[in-house]
Amino acid sequence: MALATAALVSGATAGAAKAEETIKVGVLHSLSGTMAISETTLKDVMLMLVEEQNKKGGLIGKKLEAVVVDPASNWPLFAEKSRELISQHKVSAVFGAWTSVSRKSVLPVFKELNSILFYPVQYEGEESERNVFYTGAAPNQQAIPAVDYLAKEEKVERWVLAGTDYVYPRTTNKILEAYLKSKGVKAEDIMVSYTPFGHSDWQTIVADIKKFGSSGKKTAVVSTINGDANVPFYKELANQGVKATDIPVVAFSVGEEELAGIDTKPLVGHLAAWNYFQSVETPENKAFIEKWKSYTKNPKRVSNDPMEAHVIGFNMWVKAVEKAGTTDPDKVIDAIVGIKVPNLTGGVSEMLPNHHITKPVLIGEIKEDGQFDTVWQTDDLVAGDAWSKHLDGSKDLVADWQTLKCGNYNTVTKKCGS
Amino acid sequence: MVFLRNILQATVLLLGMASAALAGAYEEALPKFANDSYVDTDAAIGAIAGSGNPLSIDVVESLRDGRLLVGSGQVFFRRTSGELVNAATGQAWGNQTGELKPVRVNNRVRRAIEAALGSLTLLSSDAAKRLEAARAVFRSRDEATLPTLEKAIAQEGQPHVRNVLESARAAILLSKQDALPIQRLAAVQTLRNRGDQEALALLSNLPSQAPPEVIAAAGNAADGIRTRLAFWEAVQNVWYGISLGSVLLLAAIGLAITFGTIGVINMAHGEMVMLGAYTTFMVQELIRSNFPGLFEASLLIALPLAFLVASSVGILIERTVIRFLYGRPLETLLATWGISLILQQGVRTIFGPTNREVGTPAWMSGALDIGAMSLTYNRIAIVVFAFSVFAILLLVLRYTSLGLYVRAVTQNRRMAGSMGIRTSRVDALAFGLGSGVAGIAGVALSQIDNVSPNLGQGYIIDSFMVVVFGGVGNLWGTLVGAMTLGIANKLLEPYAGAVLGKIALLIAIIVFIQRRPRGLFALKGRAVET
Repeated sequence: MALATAALVSGATAGAAKAEETIKVGVLHSLSGTMAISETTLKDVMLMLVEEQNKKGGLIGKKLEAVVVDPASNWPLFAEKSRELISQHKVSAVFGAWTSVSRKSVLPVFKELNSILFYPVQYEGEESERNVFYTGAAPNQQAIPAVDYLAKEEKVERWVLAGTDYVYPRTTNKILEAYLKSKGVKAEDIMVSYTPFGHSDWQTIVADIKKFGSSGKKTAVVSTINGDANVPFYKELANQGVKATDIPVVAFSVGEEELAGIDTKPLVGHLAAWNYFQSVETPENKAFIEKWKSYTKNPKRVSNDPMEAHVIGFNMWVKAVEKAGTTDPDKVIDAIVGIKVPNLTGGVSEMLPNHHITKPVLIGEIKEDGQFDTVWQTDDLVAGDAWSKHLDGSKDLVADWQTLKCGNYNTVTKKCGS
Repeated sequence: MVFLRNILQATVLLLGMASAALAGAYEEALPKFANDSYVDTDAAIGAIAGSGNPLSIDVVESLRDGRLLVGSGQVFFRRTSGELVNAATGQAWGNQTGELKPVRVNNRVRRAIEAALGSLTLLSSDAAKRLEAARAVFRSRDEATLPTLEKAIAQEGQPHVRNVLESARAAILLSKQDALPIQRLAAVQTLRNRGDQEALALLSNLPSQAPPEVIAAAGNAADGIRTRLAFWEAVQNVWYGISLGSVLLLAAIGLAITFGTIGVINMAHGEMVMLGAYTTFMVQELIRSNFPGLFEASLLIALPLAFLVASSVGILIERTVIRFLYGRPLETLLATWGISLILQQGVRTIFGPTNREVGTPAWMSGALDIGAMSLTYNRIAIVVFAFSVFAILLLVLRYTSLGLYVRAVTQNRRMAGSMGIRTSRVDALAFGLGSGVAGIAGVALSQIDNVSPNLGQGYIIDSFMVVVFGGVGNLWGTLVGAMTLGIANKLLEPYAGAVLGKIALLIAIIVFIQRRPRGLFALKGRAVET
């Protein structure tokens, strides 16, 4: 105990001495283990953003310094590493985490030490914390519009909800099931299927999907299959001859990075719903992709949705710090709500009082080159809902950190804390 | 000859009639492609397919292949030869200077293209095209194609194409408003004979105003198809089990040698599989950039290389680390686990954390239809490959001197040593053999799984499960273990789901191991007692 305190104190003084020169930004992404496949890229983006901000002269007169740690795809280690970032390195804000379980694991640390986390990945919602800013999509910014698109444009009547067995797919599918039933879809027209992480033998499930889809009603698969399991899933679809024109698959976790490892020719026409595609033609996106390719010195490097979320989150934080004139978390948390920054798809995203942001929703079809062709998008930006309107437990809850100062205010009982 | 002339006359007649009736439809529809709207493109395809213009097929085919281009309000298509043609006139167009953009397609447009090509190519002279067209018409069930379909059936010489054409006609007639009951009954019979999922869907979704005798006949036919499909489904599940079992067998068989003979708990076994998969990737990269013609053979070329790479890494590990830890299973476990992490991170550093794309040769793509089930070629190849590897290993252990030594050491190490066998050299070679086999398993697994640094992790637990379940030190045990686990898993999965099925299987194994700690085929001999 004494040792730990001593270490903490020495860490603190060392930190204080350095803090006069630089503002530190924590980067908490797995660089090894299963999640390295997705998270390593985000670390690179953060380093690029920090470098770029320093070229512009830094922030409130100081240089920025990125502190990179490796939580190694190990959920408890995420908590340990964020404690290290905040207490020992004295970072002003942390950008990081990918899976929901890693976010849940660091939450208590950020609350206890009162720091700021920017979380860049689409997630299941049902959460709003004072210390966390959710720059990825909430279900109403990804899943619900995707289902609406399929029902309207593809006239889908039967639904397969296929997902990996953990919190994000289960919650998202619960929301989707409630939503579809409210739209008059019968229970026998919904098939739900869960598979373990890293599932590689998809023969039975794809055969089931084929069978479910040949009832004469138009069928689509809504996939919340995560990570590595996607490649064998798509390979099996292609091999068993399931074509996008017959049974389209709309995925929420498959982006440009994931497609880079697959032969995409048999997948042409399958869909993904995101808030950003690399193929979006705007001047902001073009400039970003050029910078990204030259920073990584790789002309083939792709960009994806969570990267854009970090770009938005970082720019929002920079603006909030400039507005507050300090990096003090309490002041920044107050200052950041209402901050608007341009996103890469031509709109302007705003930080909302529930700590989610406004984003456009894009539906893209996979092209032969592994990029997406945007086939539909919302007319306007969609505000992220922390609590789903389609679930019984959460439809009365609102999050508002500006006036109500509460992440789960119950509008029926008029009390904070459900 | 007469036959051919008939077709020609019929086609000319048909075209003439159609173009007279819809003069200008083609020209009117064409500019819609330039609007960059899926709705307009869809409408234009329908109009063009019905226009009878001889350029229709070219236009729709170019649209499908992304060769239909628009620029400055005009529509062009590029022939496969590269020649640019003005779609309105059919004239070659050499001097286009402005920028040309391909017309975008989405699923809706793709479906329209498929249906249009179906009706346009029903009378094609190429049997494969006619078959494709018949299938497309079966799916689109477009009543307007009925006259052409009748003509195509009357002319068709190939029985398998004629079958599909007839089922397409049946599908149309079944839901056609003014079809006669007798036509519908015939249609029901045709679909009954087709007997697959799609036929079942058509028969069970009959319009409610259909005559009662048709509904009754359709009900009977649907029941018959259901029985047939239930049988094939059971067969298919067993096949899936064999296929999963052969993947397990491939992953575990190398381990059966290292774990079985020298008793090393090699946690880095999965990484040998991964090295094999990355070797395949490297081979394909080299072939792609230097000898594109060899791509079809890339997996065969990768096999010996993967064996070499994995077995040399295996021997290196054995000589430098494991050798010093014999008889200390816990330390070996820890050390090999450390090696597995080092190998993973090493590969991650060299190749990057993201998946690498390993292509599938054409002969392994697609599926073979037998009855009502479809067997994918890549799975067939893997099953055949797994059994061949098993047979070869069996022969090596049975008939070579290395095999003899290995078996001797397995049965009684000290006695083998006293007889003059250099047990430590046998250990190294056996370890190399086991690792090499894991390497060639990696070549096969690169076809169905991710080629990423984590590839091996996913198989290590299953491999140990197979080996322990089957009985340590016995190849036959590994075979039976892998097949039992694979088939049990696949038979449970449709009822219990993938997650619960796996849990149920694990519990069954725990219970089994408690009853018979030495697995299915326990090895007899003095090694067991020590």
